[in-house]
Amino acid sequence: MSRSTPLRGVHESLGATLTDFAGWQMPLRYGSESAEHNAVRTAAGLFDLSHMGEIFVTGPQAAEALDYALVGHLSALADGRARYTMIVNDEGGILDDLIVYRLGDEEFMVVANASNYELVARELTARADAYDARVEDRSGEYALVAVQGPRAAEILRTLTDADLDGLKYYAVLSAEVAGARALVARTGYTGEDGFELFVGNDDAVPLWNALSAAGAGLGLVPAGLSARDTLRLEAGMPLYGNELSARTTPFDAGLGRVVRFDKPGDFVGRAALAKAAEAGEPARRLVGLVARGRRVPRHGYPVTLDGAVVGEITSGAPSQSLGKPVAMAYVSTGALDAAGLAVDIRGSHEPVDIVDLPFYRRTK
Amino acid sequence: MSSIPDELSYTKEHEWIGGLDDGLTVTVGVTAYAAEQLGDVVFVQVPEIGATVAAGDAVGEVESTKSVSDIFAPVSGEVVATNPSVVDDPSLINSDPYGDGWLFQVRISEEPDDLLSAAEYAALTSAAS
Repeated sequence: MSRSTPLRGVHESLGATLTDFAGWQMPLRYGSESAEHNAVRTAAGLFDLSHMGEIFVTGPQAAEALDYALVGHLSALADGRARYTMIVNDEGGILDDLIVYRLGDEEFMVVANASNYELVARELTARADAYDARVEDRSGEYALVAVQGPRAAEILRTLTDADLDGLKYYAVLSAEVAGARALVARTGYTGEDGFELFVGNDDAVPLWNALSAAGAGLGLVPAGLSARDTLRLEAGMPLYGNELSARTTPFDAGLGRVVRFDKPGDFVGRAALAKAAEAGEPARRLVGLVARGRRVPRHGYPVTLDGAVVGEITSGAPSQSLGKPVAMAYVSTGALDAAGLAVDIRGSHEPVDIVDLPFYRRTK
Repeated sequence: MSSIPDELSYTKEHEWIGGLDDGLTVTVGVTAYAAEQLGDVVFVQVPEIGATVAAGDAVGEVESTKSVSDIFAPVSGEVVATNPSVVDDPSLINSDPYGDGWLFQVRISEEPDDLLSAAEYAALTSAAS
Protein backbone atom coordinates (compact mmCIF):
# COMPACT_ATOMS: atom_id res chain seq x y z
CA MET A 1 0.00 0.00 0.00
CA SER A 2 1.72 3.15 -1.08
CA ARG A 3 1.51 6.43 0.77
CA SER A 4 0.24 9.79 -0.39
CA THR A 5 1.52 13.26 0.35
CA PRO A 6 -0.89 16.02 1.45
CA LEU A 7 -0.72 17.30 -2.15
CA ARG A 8 -1.99 14.18 -3.88
CA GLY A 9 -5.42 15.68 -4.54
CA VAL A 10 -3.79 18.73 -6.11
CA HIS A 11 -1.70 16.52 -8.39
CA GLU A 12 -4.76 14.56 -9.46
CA SER A 13 -6.71 17.72 -10.21
CA LEU A 14 -3.78 18.90 -12.34
CA GLY A 15 -3.97 15.66 -14.34
CA ALA A 16 -0.62 14.34 -13.16
CA THR A 17 0.60 10.89 -14.09
CA LEU A 18 1.32 9.36 -10.69
CA THR A 19 4.00 6.79 -10.09
CA ASP A 20 5.12 4.72 -7.15
CA PHE A 21 8.42 6.04 -5.85
CA ALA A 22 9.96 4.52 -2.72
CA GLY A 23 6.50 3.52 -1.53
CA TRP A 24 4.89 6.89 -2.27
CA GLN A 25 2.41 7.91 -4.93
CA MET A 26 4.23 10.83 -6.52
CA PRO A 27 3.67 12.93 -9.65
CA LEU A 28 5.89 11.65 -12.49
CA ARG A 29 4.83 14.47 -14.81
CA TYR A 30 1.86 16.77 -15.29
CA GLY A 31 2.11 17.18 -19.06
CA SER A 32 5.30 17.11 -21.08
CA GLU A 33 8.29 16.33 -18.84
CA SER A 34 10.59 18.10 -21.32
CA ALA A 35 8.52 21.28 -20.99
CA GLU A 36 8.70 20.97 -17.19
CA HIS A 37 12.48 20.52 -17.38
CA ASN A 38 12.87 23.55 -19.63
CA ALA A 39 10.60 25.67 -17.43
CA VAL A 40 12.91 25.03 -14.46
CA ARG A 41 15.96 26.01 -16.57
CA THR A 42 14.39 29.20 -17.93
CA ALA A 43 11.70 30.28 -15.41
CA ALA A 44 10.64 28.11 -12.48
CA GLY A 45 9.13 24.80 -11.47
CA LEU A 46 7.08 23.77 -8.45
CA PHE A 47 7.80 20.38 -6.89
CA ASP A 48 6.15 18.26 -4.21
CA LEU A 49 8.97 16.55 -2.30
CA SER A 50 6.96 15.63 0.77
CA HIS A 51 8.20 12.04 0.51
CA MET A 52 11.60 13.15 1.80
CA GLY A 53 12.37 12.47 5.46
CA GLU A 54 12.94 15.10 8.15
CA ILE A 55 14.81 13.88 11.21
CA PHE A 56 15.52 16.31 14.03
CA VAL A 57 18.57 15.97 16.26
CA THR A 58 18.41 18.23 19.28
CA GLY A 59 20.09 18.69 22.65
CA PRO A 60 23.34 19.91 24.20
CA GLN A 61 25.41 17.28 22.34
CA ALA A 62 23.46 17.24 19.09
CA ALA A 63 26.46 18.56 17.14
CA GLU A 64 28.87 16.02 18.65
CA ALA A 65 26.40 13.21 18.00
CA LEU A 66 26.20 14.16 14.32
CA ASP A 67 29.99 14.45 14.06
CA TYR A 68 30.15 10.84 15.23
CA ALA A 69 27.19 9.59 13.18
CA LEU A 70 27.99 11.22 9.82
CA VAL A 71 31.12 11.73 7.71
CA GLY A 72 30.86 15.54 7.79
CA HIS A 73 31.97 18.10 10.37
CA LEU A 74 28.57 19.28 11.53
CA SER A 75 29.72 20.90 14.78
CA ALA A 76 31.55 23.41 12.57
CA LEU A 77 28.36 24.32 10.72
CA ALA A 78 27.14 27.82 11.55
CA ASP A 79 23.56 28.42 12.69
CA GLY A 80 21.32 28.91 9.68
CA ARG A 81 23.60 27.06 7.28
CA ALA A 82 23.25 23.70 5.54
CA ARG A 83 25.71 21.04 4.42
CA TYR A 84 25.63 18.13 1.99
CA THR A 85 26.90 15.03 3.78
CA MET A 86 26.54 11.26 4.05
CA ILE A 87 25.89 8.50 6.54
CA VAL A 88 28.01 5.39 5.98
CA ASN A 89 28.29 1.96 7.57
CA ASP A 90 31.38 0.54 9.31
CA GLU A 91 32.78 -0.51 5.93
CA GLY A 92 32.44 3.03 4.56
CA GLY A 93 29.49 2.05 2.33
CA ILE A 94 26.99 4.84 1.80
CA LEU A 95 23.66 4.35 3.61
CA ASP A 96 22.26 7.67 2.40
CA ASP A 97 23.23 11.10 1.24
CA LEU A 98 21.80 13.89 3.35
CA ILE A 99 21.43 17.60 3.74
CA VAL A 100 21.87 18.73 7.34
CA TYR A 101 20.46 22.12 8.32
CA ARG A 102 21.61 23.79 11.52
CA LEU A 103 18.51 25.47 12.92
CA GLY A 104 20.07 26.52 16.22
CA ASP A 105 22.97 25.87 18.53
CA GLU A 106 21.38 22.63 19.70
CA GLU A 107 19.00 21.89 16.85
CA PHE A 108 19.66 20.20 13.50
CA MET A 109 17.34 18.93 10.79
CA VAL A 110 18.62 15.99 8.75
CA VAL A 111 16.87 15.56 5.42
CA ALA A 112 17.08 12.02 4.09
CA ASN A 113 15.84 10.27 0.95
CA ALA A 114 12.37 8.74 0.98
CA SER A 115 13.78 5.27 0.42
CA ASN A 116 16.15 5.52 3.38
CA TYR A 117 14.86 7.82 6.07
CA GLU A 118 13.54 5.07 8.34
CA LEU A 119 16.96 3.42 8.27
CA VAL A 120 18.66 6.79 8.77
CA ALA A 121 16.44 7.56 11.77
CA ARG A 122 17.23 4.16 13.30
CA GLU A 123 20.96 4.56 12.71
CA LEU A 124 21.03 8.10 14.08
CA THR A 125 19.14 6.97 17.17
CA ALA A 126 21.61 4.16 17.78
CA ARG A 127 24.67 6.31 17.07
CA ALA A 128 23.47 9.17 19.28
CA ASP A 129 22.88 6.83 22.21
CA ALA A 130 26.01 7.82 24.11
CA TYR A 131 25.37 11.54 23.63
CA ASP A 132 23.07 14.00 25.34
CA ALA A 133 20.98 14.35 22.21
CA ARG A 134 17.52 13.37 21.07
CA VAL A 135 16.70 11.96 17.61
CA GLU A 136 13.16 12.40 16.39
CA ASP A 137 11.80 11.29 13.01
CA ARG A 138 9.25 13.99 12.19
CA SER A 139 8.83 13.04 8.52
CA GLY A 140 5.15 12.38 9.06
CA GLU A 141 4.52 15.97 10.18
CA TYR A 142 6.27 17.81 7.37
CA ALA A 143 5.48 18.52 3.76
CA LEU A 144 8.21 19.80 1.45
CA VAL A 145 7.49 22.06 -1.50
CA ALA A 146 10.33 23.29 -3.72
CA VAL A 147 10.31 26.21 -6.12
CA GLN A 148 13.33 26.00 -8.39
CA GLY A 149 14.59 28.06 -11.29
CA PRO A 150 15.97 31.48 -12.17
CA ARG A 151 12.67 33.17 -11.26
CA ALA A 152 12.17 31.29 -7.97
CA ALA A 153 13.29 34.20 -5.78
CA GLU A 154 11.08 36.64 -7.66
CA ILE A 155 8.08 34.36 -7.10
CA LEU A 156 8.77 33.59 -3.45
CA ARG A 157 9.42 37.25 -2.63
CA THR A 158 5.75 38.07 -3.25
CA LEU A 159 4.69 35.68 -0.45
CA THR A 160 7.10 36.49 2.37
CA ASP A 161 8.85 39.31 4.19
CA ALA A 162 11.87 37.08 4.79
CA ASP A 163 15.22 38.46 3.65
CA LEU A 164 15.66 36.25 0.61
CA ASP A 165 18.50 38.35 -0.78
CA GLY A 166 20.41 37.73 2.42
CA LEU A 167 19.67 34.00 2.31
CA LYS A 168 22.75 32.42 0.76
CA TYR A 169 23.00 29.14 -1.16
CA TYR A 170 22.90 26.33 1.42
CA ALA A 171 21.38 28.55 4.11
CA VAL A 172 18.05 28.29 5.93
CA LEU A 173 15.75 30.57 7.90
CA SER A 174 12.37 30.35 9.55
CA ALA A 175 9.74 32.66 8.13
CA GLU A 176 6.09 33.15 7.39
CA VAL A 177 5.29 32.26 3.76
CA ALA A 178 1.76 32.87 2.51
CA GLY A 179 0.62 32.89 6.13
CA ALA A 180 2.26 29.59 7.05
CA ARG A 181 5.28 29.04 9.27
CA ALA A 182 8.00 27.59 7.06
CA LEU A 183 11.63 26.63 7.08
CA VAL A 184 12.92 28.32 3.93
CA ALA A 185 16.12 26.75 2.61
CA ARG A 186 18.08 27.88 -0.42
CA THR A 187 18.83 24.35 -1.51
CA GLY A 188 17.72 22.12 -4.35
CA TYR A 189 18.40 19.25 -6.68
CA THR A 190 18.07 20.88 -10.09
CA GLY A 191 21.26 22.85 -10.69
CA GLU A 192 19.28 26.09 -10.53
CA ASP A 193 18.76 28.72 -7.87
CA GLY A 194 15.74 27.88 -5.77
CA PHE A 195 14.15 27.21 -2.45
CA GLU A 196 12.88 24.27 -0.46
CA LEU A 197 10.01 25.07 1.89
CA PHE A 198 9.34 22.77 4.83
CA VAL A 199 5.85 23.29 6.24
CA GLY A 200 3.37 21.39 8.37
CA ASN A 201 1.20 18.97 6.41
CA ASP A 202 -1.89 21.15 6.79
CA ASP A 203 -0.14 24.10 5.18
CA ALA A 204 1.01 22.21 2.08
CA VAL A 205 -2.04 22.79 -0.14
CA PRO A 206 -2.48 26.50 0.67
CA LEU A 207 1.27 27.06 0.15
CA TRP A 208 1.23 25.20 -3.18
CA ASN A 209 -1.75 27.22 -4.35
CA ALA A 210 -0.20 30.51 -3.26
CA LEU A 211 3.04 29.70 -5.09
CA SER A 212 1.12 28.61 -8.20
CA ALA A 213 -0.79 31.86 -8.24
CA ALA A 214 2.31 33.97 -7.55
CA GLY A 215 4.20 32.27 -10.38
CA ALA A 216 1.38 32.13 -12.89
CA GLY A 217 2.55 35.14 -14.88
CA LEU A 218 6.24 34.26 -14.51
CA GLY A 219 6.36 30.90 -16.24
CA LEU A 220 6.13 28.71 -13.11
CA VAL A 221 4.79 25.23 -13.84
CA PRO A 222 4.31 22.18 -11.63
CA ALA A 223 7.13 19.72 -12.30
CA GLY A 224 7.23 16.00 -11.59
CA LEU A 225 9.86 13.45 -10.66
CA SER A 226 10.75 12.81 -14.30
CA ALA A 227 11.91 16.42 -14.76
CA ARG A 228 13.56 16.35 -11.34
CA ASP A 229 15.60 13.33 -12.42
CA THR A 230 16.79 14.84 -15.72
CA LEU A 231 17.54 18.17 -14.01
CA ARG A 232 19.68 16.59 -11.31
CA LEU A 233 21.42 14.34 -13.86
CA GLU A 234 22.40 17.34 -16.00
CA ALA A 235 23.64 19.03 -12.83
CA GLY A 236 25.81 15.96 -12.09
CA MET A 237 24.08 15.30 -8.79
CA PRO A 238 24.04 11.69 -7.58
CA LEU A 239 20.87 9.76 -6.78
CA TYR A 240 20.85 7.20 -4.01
CA GLY A 241 20.15 3.77 -5.49
CA ASN A 242 21.77 4.78 -8.78
CA GLU A 243 25.17 6.40 -8.20
CA LEU A 244 25.24 5.76 -4.45
CA SER A 245 24.69 2.55 -2.50
CA ALA A 246 26.00 0.60 0.46
CA ARG A 247 28.50 -0.97 -1.97
CA THR A 248 30.04 2.39 -2.86
CA THR A 249 32.15 4.69 -0.72
CA PRO A 250 32.15 8.47 -1.04
CA PHE A 251 35.55 8.11 -2.74
CA ASP A 252 34.19 5.77 -5.42
CA ALA A 253 31.54 8.37 -6.18
CA GLY A 254 34.12 11.15 -6.50
CA LEU A 255 32.69 12.75 -3.36
CA GLY A 256 35.61 12.12 -1.00
CA ARG A 257 35.55 15.82 -0.10
CA VAL A 258 32.51 15.20 2.14
CA VAL A 259 34.59 12.92 4.40
CA ARG A 260 36.14 15.11 7.06
CA PHE A 261 39.05 13.25 8.61
CA ASP A 262 40.14 16.56 10.12
CA LYS A 263 37.20 16.78 12.51
CA PRO A 264 37.71 15.88 16.17
CA GLY A 265 36.98 12.39 17.44
CA ASP A 266 36.03 9.12 15.83
CA PHE A 267 33.12 8.64 13.47
CA VAL A 268 31.32 5.63 12.07
CA GLY A 269 33.20 4.36 9.03
CA ARG A 270 36.37 6.32 9.74
CA ALA A 271 38.82 3.41 9.74
CA ALA A 272 37.46 1.92 6.53
CA LEU A 273 37.32 5.27 4.76
CA ALA A 274 40.85 6.16 5.87
CA LYS A 275 42.02 2.94 4.24
CA ALA A 276 40.11 3.77 1.07
CA ALA A 277 41.62 7.25 1.01
CA GLU A 278 45.15 5.89 1.49
CA ALA A 279 44.68 3.33 -1.25
CA GLY A 280 44.54 6.26 -3.68
CA GLU A 281 42.84 5.89 -7.04
CA PRO A 282 39.79 3.64 -6.63
CA ALA A 283 39.37 0.72 -9.04
CA ARG A 284 36.44 2.45 -10.71
CA ARG A 285 35.31 6.00 -10.99
CA LEU A 286 32.04 7.77 -11.50
CA VAL A 287 32.19 9.68 -14.79
CA GLY A 288 29.94 11.62 -17.11
CA LEU A 289 29.24 10.24 -20.58
CA VAL A 290 27.75 11.90 -23.63
CA ALA A 291 26.40 9.64 -26.36
CA ARG A 292 27.32 10.39 -29.95
CA GLY A 293 24.08 8.90 -31.23
CA ARG A 294 20.51 9.41 -30.18
CA ARG A 295 19.87 6.18 -28.30
CA VAL A 296 19.82 6.62 -24.55
CA PRO A 297 22.19 4.77 -22.21
CA ARG A 298 20.10 3.73 -19.22
CA HIS A 299 20.60 2.49 -15.66
CA GLY A 300 22.27 -0.93 -15.65
CA TYR A 301 23.53 -0.94 -19.25
CA PRO A 302 27.14 -2.18 -19.62
CA VAL A 303 29.91 0.20 -20.63
CA THR A 304 32.29 -1.53 -23.02
CA LEU A 305 35.73 -1.12 -24.55
CA ASP A 306 36.53 -3.28 -27.57
CA GLY A 307 33.62 -5.49 -26.65
CA ALA A 308 34.73 -6.09 -23.05
CA VAL A 309 32.65 -4.77 -20.16
CA VAL A 310 34.54 -2.02 -18.29
CA GLY A 311 31.70 -0.37 -16.39
CA GLU A 312 28.02 0.18 -15.87
CA ILE A 313 25.59 3.05 -16.42
CA THR A 314 24.06 4.34 -13.19
CA SER A 315 21.72 6.98 -14.66
CA GLY A 316 21.00 8.09 -18.20
CA ALA A 317 18.52 10.30 -19.98
CA PRO A 318 18.07 12.50 -23.00
CA SER A 319 19.48 15.90 -22.05
CA GLN A 320 17.35 18.88 -23.02
CA SER A 321 20.22 21.27 -22.38
CA LEU A 322 22.77 19.40 -24.51
CA GLY A 323 20.39 17.98 -27.08
CA LYS A 324 22.04 14.57 -26.67
CA PRO A 325 21.70 11.61 -24.34
CA VAL A 326 23.87 11.88 -21.22
CA ALA A 327 24.69 9.38 -18.51
CA MET A 328 26.70 8.78 -15.39
CA ALA A 329 28.58 5.50 -15.10
CA TYR A 330 31.11 3.68 -12.99
CA VAL A 331 34.04 2.88 -15.29
CA SER A 332 37.25 0.98 -14.49
CA THR A 333 40.05 3.43 -13.90
CA GLY A 334 42.20 1.66 -16.49
CA ALA A 335 39.67 2.29 -19.25
CA LEU A 336 39.20 6.00 -18.64
CA ASP A 337 41.80 7.22 -21.11
CA ALA A 338 41.08 4.71 -23.84
CA ALA A 339 39.49 5.63 -27.14
CA GLY A 340 36.49 3.64 -28.26
CA LEU A 341 34.33 3.58 -25.15
CA ALA A 342 30.77 2.43 -25.91
CA VAL A 343 27.55 1.52 -24.18
CA ASP A 344 25.84 -1.76 -24.92
CA ILE A 345 22.33 -0.54 -25.68
CA ARG A 346 20.28 -3.69 -26.04
CA GLY A 347 23.01 -5.44 -28.02
CA SER A 348 24.27 -2.56 -30.11
CA HIS A 349 27.49 -0.86 -29.02
CA GLU A 350 26.90 2.88 -29.22
CA PRO A 351 29.92 5.20 -28.94
CA VAL A 352 30.15 7.57 -25.97
CA ASP A 353 32.66 10.18 -24.81
CA ILE A 354 33.73 10.89 -21.24
CA VAL A 355 33.12 14.49 -20.21
CA ASP A 356 33.61 16.43 -16.99
CA LEU A 357 30.62 16.65 -14.66
CA PRO A 358 28.33 18.48 -14.42
CA PHE A 359 26.81 18.38 -17.89
CA TYR A 360 25.06 21.65 -17.19
CA ARG A 361 26.09 24.62 -15.08
CA ARG A 362 23.83 27.62 -14.69
CA THR A 363 25.09 31.02 -15.71
CA LYS A 364 24.93 33.37 -12.76
CA MET B 1 -9.43 9.92 -22.29
CA SER B 2 -7.22 9.74 -25.34
CA SER B 3 -8.69 9.61 -28.81
CA ILE B 4 -9.29 6.32 -30.63
CA PRO B 5 -10.35 6.97 -34.24
CA ASP B 6 -13.13 4.62 -35.42
CA GLU B 7 -11.70 3.98 -38.87
CA LEU B 8 -8.45 2.41 -37.57
CA SER B 9 -7.65 -1.06 -36.29
CA TYR B 10 -5.54 -1.67 -33.19
CA THR B 11 -3.31 -4.17 -31.43
CA LYS B 12 -2.87 -5.09 -27.78
CA GLU B 13 0.61 -3.59 -28.10
CA HIS B 14 -1.00 -0.16 -28.55
CA GLU B 15 -0.35 0.27 -32.23
CA TRP B 16 -2.81 1.43 -34.84
CA ILE B 17 -3.22 0.14 -38.39
CA GLY B 18 -4.80 2.31 -41.04
CA GLY B 19 -5.85 1.60 -44.64
CA LEU B 20 -6.78 -2.03 -44.17
CA ASP B 21 -9.89 -1.66 -46.31
CA ASP B 22 -8.18 -2.07 -49.66
CA GLY B 23 -6.13 -4.94 -48.25
CA LEU B 24 -2.88 -3.85 -49.90
CA THR B 25 -0.75 -1.41 -47.98
CA VAL B 26 -1.34 -0.40 -44.38
CA THR B 27 0.08 2.42 -42.28
CA VAL B 28 1.27 1.72 -38.73
CA GLY B 29 1.73 4.00 -35.75
CA VAL B 30 1.42 4.05 -31.96
CA THR B 31 -1.81 5.10 -30.29
CA ALA B 32 -2.47 8.31 -28.39
CA TYR B 33 -2.90 6.18 -25.27
CA ALA B 34 0.57 4.69 -25.74
CA ALA B 35 2.07 8.13 -26.42
CA GLU B 36 0.59 9.44 -23.18
CA GLN B 37 1.92 6.47 -21.25
CA LEU B 38 5.39 6.90 -22.75
CA GLY B 39 5.71 10.61 -22.14
CA ASP B 40 7.93 12.70 -24.40
CA VAL B 41 9.32 10.48 -27.15
CA VAL B 42 12.96 11.25 -27.87
CA PHE B 43 14.06 8.50 -30.28
CA VAL B 44 12.37 6.27 -32.83
CA GLN B 45 13.89 3.44 -34.78
CA VAL B 46 11.76 2.25 -37.68
CA PRO B 47 12.36 -0.88 -39.79
CA GLU B 48 14.32 -0.74 -43.04
CA ILE B 49 12.44 -0.21 -46.25
CA GLY B 50 12.33 -3.54 -48.07
CA ALA B 51 12.46 -5.61 -44.89
CA THR B 52 10.15 -8.59 -44.69
CA VAL B 53 8.33 -8.67 -41.38
CA ALA B 54 6.02 -11.15 -39.68
CA ALA B 55 3.17 -10.13 -37.43
CA GLY B 56 4.47 -10.01 -33.83
CA ASP B 57 8.12 -9.37 -34.76
CA ALA B 58 9.93 -6.60 -32.89
CA VAL B 59 10.92 -4.33 -35.76
CA GLY B 60 11.91 -1.08 -34.07
CA GLU B 61 11.83 0.87 -30.85
CA VAL B 62 10.45 3.98 -29.26
CA GLU B 63 12.33 5.72 -26.47
CA SER B 64 10.92 8.31 -24.14
CA THR B 65 12.61 10.17 -21.32
CA LYS B 66 11.90 7.35 -18.92
CA SER B 67 11.49 4.18 -20.95
CA VAL B 68 12.15 2.22 -24.09
CA SER B 69 9.59 0.02 -25.85
CA ASP B 70 9.67 -2.26 -28.85
CA ILE B 71 7.65 -1.56 -31.95
CA PHE B 72 6.03 -4.72 -33.23
CA ALA B 73 4.93 -5.49 -36.76
CA PRO B 74 1.15 -5.75 -36.45
CA VAL B 75 0.85 -7.48 -39.81
CA SER B 76 3.03 -9.66 -42.04
CA GLY B 77 4.46 -8.31 -45.26
CA GLU B 78 7.11 -6.04 -46.73
CA VAL B 79 8.01 -2.62 -45.37
CA VAL B 80 7.48 -0.24 -48.28
CA ALA B 81 7.81 3.15 -46.62
CA THR B 82 8.96 4.72 -43.38
CA ASN B 83 8.32 8.19 -42.00
CA PRO B 84 11.54 10.26 -42.11
CA SER B 85 9.82 13.15 -40.31
CA VAL B 86 9.15 11.12 -37.17
CA VAL B 87 12.75 9.88 -37.13
CA ASP B 88 13.94 13.51 -37.26
CA ASP B 89 11.36 14.73 -34.79
CA PRO B 90 10.10 11.93 -32.54
CA SER B 91 7.85 14.36 -30.66
CA LEU B 92 5.40 13.98 -33.58
CA ILE B 93 4.35 10.77 -31.84
CA ASN B 94 3.15 12.88 -28.92
CA SER B 95 1.69 15.76 -30.90
CA ASP B 96 0.01 13.85 -33.74
CA PRO B 97 0.11 10.08 -33.16
CA TYR B 98 -2.51 9.25 -35.81
CA GLY B 99 -1.24 11.73 -38.41
CA ASP B 100 2.30 13.08 -38.85
CA GLY B 101 3.54 10.66 -36.19
CA TRP B 102 2.95 7.56 -38.36
CA LEU B 103 5.88 5.12 -38.37
CA PHE B 104 5.94 2.83 -41.41
CA GLN B 105 3.88 1.19 -44.14
CA VAL B 106 3.63 -2.50 -44.91
CA ARG B 107 2.42 -4.19 -48.08
CA ILE B 108 0.62 -7.05 -46.45
CA SER B 109 1.27 -10.62 -47.52
CA GLU B 110 -1.51 -12.30 -45.61
CA GLU B 111 -4.81 -11.20 -44.18
CA PRO B 112 -4.14 -10.16 -40.57
CA ASP B 113 -6.12 -11.58 -37.69
CA ASP B 114 -6.23 -10.68 -34.01
CA LEU B 115 -6.62 -6.98 -34.69
CA LEU B 116 -8.94 -4.99 -32.44
CA SER B 117 -11.70 -2.61 -33.46
CA ALA B 118 -11.78 0.90 -31.99
CA ALA B 119 -14.44 -0.21 -29.51
CA GLU B 120 -12.41 -3.25 -28.45
CA TYR B 121 -9.29 -1.13 -28.06
CA ALA B 122 -11.20 1.45 -26.02
CA ALA B 123 -12.31 -1.35 -23.69
CA LEU B 124 -8.72 -2.58 -23.38
CA THR B 125 -7.31 0.82 -22.47
CA SER B 126 -10.08 1.79 -20.07
CA ALA B 127 -9.55 -1.50 -18.23
CA ALA B 128 -5.83 -0.71 -18.00
CA SER B 129 -6.15 2.80 -16.66
